[in-house]
Parts: sequence; structure tokens; C-alpha cells
Amino acid sequence: MTALASAKTDASGSQSPKQNRKPTTAGASRRRALGKRGLEPWFYLAPAFIVLIALLGYPIFQLINVSLYDYRQAQVSGKAPLQFTGLENYQKLFADPEFWSVLGNTVLFAGACVVLTLLVGTSLAVLATRLRPWVRTALFVVSLGAWATPAVTGSAVWLFLFDPTLGLVNKALVSIGLTQFNGYSWTYDKWSAFGLVASEVVWCSFPFVLVTVYAGIQAISTEVIEAARLDGASMPRIARSIMLPMLRPIVMVVTIQSIIWNFKIFSQIYIMTNGGGIAGQNLVLNVYGYQQAFAASLYGLGSALGVIMTALLMIITLVYLRILKRTGEVL
Amino acid sequence: MTAVDVSLRKNRPAPDGPQKLRKGGRRRFGADAAALAIALLVAFPLFWMVLSALKPKTALDAGDAAPFTLEPSLDSFMRVLSVNNFGRYFLNSVIVALVVVIISTVLAFLASVALTRYEFKMRTKLLIVVLVSQMVPVEALTIPLFFLLRNAGEAVPLVGLNQLGSLVLVHVGFSIPFAIWMLRGFVAAVPVEIEEAARLDGASGFRFVRSVLFPLVAPGVVACSVFSFISTWNDFLFAKTFIISAQENQTLPMALLTFFKPDQNDWGAIMAGSVIMTIPVLIFFIAVQRKLVSGLAGAVKG
Repeated sequence: MTALASAKTDASGSQSPKQNRKPTTAGASRRRALGKRGLEPWFYLAPAFIVLIALLGYPIFQLINVSLYDYRQAQVSGKAPLQFTGLENYQKLFADPEFWSVLGNTVLFAGACVVLTLLVGTSLAVLATRLRPWVRTALFVVSLGAWATPAVTGSAVWLFLFDPTLGLVNKALVSIGLTQFNGYSWTYDKWSAFGLVASEVVWCSFPFVLVTVYAGIQAISTEVIEAARLDGASMPRIARSIMLPMLRPIVMVVTIQSIIWNFKIFSQIYIMTNGGGIAGQNLVLNVYGYQQAFAASLYGLGSALGVIMTALLMIITLVYLRILKRTGEVL
Repeated sequence: MTAVDVSLRKNRPAPDGPQKLRKGGRRRFGADAAALAIALLVAFPLFWMVLSALKPKTALDAGDAAPFTLEPSLDSFMRVLSVNNFGRYFLNSVIVALVVVIISTVLAFLASVALTRYEFKMRTKLLIVVLVSQMVPVEALTIPLFFLLRNAGEAVPLVGLNQLGSLVLVHVGFSIPFAIWMLRGFVAAVPVEIEEAARLDGASGFRFVRSVLFPLVAPGVVACSVFSFISTWNDFLFAKTFIISAQENQTLPMALLTFFKPDQNDWGAIMAGSVIMTIPVLIFFIAVQRKLVSGLAGAVKG
């Protein structure tokens, strides 16, 4: 379930450091009072970076490496010699219509999840500012509950709710007269299966958007708005010229984070569509690569998919870094 | 957006006229009702999970759709804990998650000290490396890590395939970038005066970090350790891939999946297992909830 959890963590992670970001000249020099002390920082850095190099850096290098070989079960067990095939794995993928359909699925599915998560999260954040405190607390507590639910258990519960014969949803639909839902399988059709997974994903990822955007709205000081009002600005004008620009950086960060996690979704698809759906109709890149490697023993091909996936996310990350830079993040 | 303006002022005890207040009250009622309906909807899957775990197996198999149960039973829990050895998997999950939390938090804390309180040439570049490594799709690394651990296991059996150590190792690696990124803010927030005072009292760099800095940022350390805990606790991909034959070393998520059978899923057991698996995370999440929200709020205020 790493996809979601690490995604969640990424997201809030890249948020918090901004606490100390205010680029006052005094602050910038003062907060590093230990200053230039030669090798001292390297002793603190060494353990973490050794682990990172061993468990992230080296595997990425190996991933690229393996993707350039014809690497199958025979080569793993040492029965056949390793053969360097260059970009052949990539050529095979690009010539395979299934790869393109999986890529299309990934983009559509991730895109839909991003849009829905942002819509639900931001509208609830706006709504939350208008609530009585206890109602707001109730909303936040249940949202945190959904956020905290592990992807594996969330997927299990949603599958149960949408079970063809025993699920509550079908029973409810039949009881209001929609008899065609009697025994209806939500995972049989490609798009209803994607829809089901997307609902679960939105359910457990909108709380992050809610909490972040709500905090953003709260952070706009009343004095600023009061001052604008005294200057004679109308409410729509304040919304457009003051609040929207002030919220834009947060919305940007939240959007990019959502794109990154939803591209990485693995557990939900794997569990809810039983490894990629009927005849692989619900495969996304991550699951496809995993299946190629560990189900079909095509480690080279699976690695090539991993490289493509990593490259796509790196491009998104670069966009993210540029936005951070433009909004004045001081690293 | 106008809605925001109105509401923003309403959040504060504004000296509005009585007429305005009444109007606000009505509007508020609509918003409150809508929010409560949404809250119920969001909470429903969790409610259904707990309820189904408590329903007797016969009722579940008959497709009981009642939103309550008159004869709550712990049968499903018993089935999960005894027949399927869930207790053992629970313990494995706890061990892996706790070891990961301790190791990754300590390493990340030290690294974040170096990255925030020292000035050196590579600092910004290393920070970007940390940020970028957060984005790496770790699922894609399953293949090289599988071979890496297979080879490592020949030298150090403890971290080889089929061992809990292998899970600890990979999750420490995946948790560190985020932990550094999050702790950075907390470490940098400690005023430099405290550091100077410690220096004057003759504390060495490491002494200051250990005895002054660490206790001061402990709340932040707890908040970020929860994230390492959750991501480790939730993982099923690596458990599935690395723990191949040693059933006794399996963790919770994989154990839960064993209840899914092609013909007849044991939903009672799946729901009971889900409850057992969700509760620790929920407790942690609610415990750090304030820290989390205020951290995000602080982040936004700049």
C-alpha cells in the first residue's frame, strides 16, 4: 500500500517546511548559527544518505540497467547467459498497443482522481469556513478517519459495499426499484470498475486537500480584507484580487501533489480489480510493470515500464520545483 | 468565492447587527446540514466495516443489509485471530513498523540538523535530492530491490528475502526523504539564541543536538514518525514480493488478502481483520491530528 501512504506523506511533507520559509535576510543567516564547521554536517548526513544511496539510488541505477537486458526467469536462475539488448524492451513496449492503452488508462484514471479530489476537497474547505465549530470538528474528524484508513482495508470495505450479491449498494438500488442492479458486478465493466476504484481513492485523499486549503483560507488575515473594504473594494473584487491570488500557491502545491500520488496508485487497483481487472482492462502503469516482472517473469520489460513511470514522475516533479521556486520557496 | 468572504467574517465574533446575525444563522443552518450529511457519507464505509465485523456470519452470508445488529458477536474476530493466526501477523507488522520508525526518525533528524543549521556548499543540492527522492515511484523499484535483497540475504541472512529485516530495510529507505523534509521545519524553528547559549555553556555541537535540540523538536519528531509508521503499516506490495515462502513472517495486509477467495469471500473475517488493521493507524492519526493541522496551517502562513 505504499502508494497511498507515501503519497499522503509526501504531500504533507513538502508542506510543513514552509513554516520557516519567510525569507527575511536576518533569519536566513541566523538560523544557521552552527555555520561553517568543516566536516561536522557530513557526520550527521552520512547515515541517512548512505541508506538513501543504497536503497533508492542504487536500485534506480539497477532498474535502468535491467531494463536494457533481456532478463527473464532463465537469466535470474543463471541457466541462460545475460544478453544486452539496448533499447529493445522499450521498442517492444512502444510497438505494443497494450502499453499505449495502459498509459491512456493511467492518465485518464489519475486525471479523474485528481480533478475529483480537488473539487471535493476545495468545496468542502470553503464550506468548512461557514460551519458551526462542532459541525466543522465532526467533518474534520470523519475526514481524518477516511484519510487514515489503510488502502488495503479501504479497498476491502468498498469492495464489500459494492459486492454484486451481498453488497449494500446493489441492495439499496434494487429496493428503490432499479432491478437491473440485482447481482450487478461493478468490476465487470472497465469503466464502472475504474469508477469504483476512483471513488475509494477520492474518499481517502480529499481530506488532505480539505485540511490544506482550509488552513490556507484561515491564514488570510481579516485585516487585509478589512483594509480592502475600507478602500472601497466590493466583495467579489476582494475575492478575485486578494483571496484568489493568496490561495493560488497552496492550490498549485495541492494539485501537483495529487497528480503525483494518483499516478502512483497501486494497492487500490491491485486489490479492487484483482490485479488489473478482467483481461487486464484496469491496468495502470505501476500494476502493469509489476505484473510483467513478477507474474510473467519479464524482469527486463517490467523494469523498462518502471523507468518510464519514474521519468514521467520526474517531469512532474521538475514542474513542481519550478513552481516552488516561483512562489519564493527558499530551500 | 464570495461565500468565503462572508463566512470568513462570520467565523469571528463580528459585531454585526442583530438582523445580520439572524440572516447568518439561517444560512449557517443550511451549510451545517449539508456538512453533516457529507460527514455521514464519509464516515459510512468505516461504520459499515465495524458493523459487518460484529454481525454474525449467518446474517452476513444471508446478505443482511440492516444498518444495525441485534446480536453483535465477536465470532469474526475470533475466526481471524485463531484460525488465520492474525495475532502473529499483527505482531510482525508492529515490529517492522516500530523498528522502521525508530531508525528512520533518528537518521532523518540528524540529516535535517545538517541541512538546516549548517552552511555548506552542497546544502541546496542535497535538499533537492531529498525532495526528488520523495517522488520516486517506489513500486517501480520492486524489481531491483528484490534482486538486491536476494543477494544481501546471502551475506546477512537477517535482511534477506522472507525475513522481516528486508521489509525494515526498504521502508527505512522510503521513509527517510519525507522525514527529513518534514523535520527540517521543526529543527529550523529552534531559535539560534538557544544554540548560542548552549555554546557558551561549553556544549559541543553533538551535545547541543542531542540534549537541547532533540527534546525541543520532539513533538515534530512524533508527528513525522507517525507518517513512517503509517506507510510501513499499510504496505502490502513489498510484503507480497519479499516474503514469499515464510508464512510466519507475513504482515497484516497480506494476511487480510488471504480471506479473498474466488468463490466465496469471508466478508465477516475481512471486515474484522480490517478493523484490527485500521484501529492503530486511526489512534495515531487522531493523536497527531492537531499537530498535523497546525503544521499545515503554519506552512501556509509562511
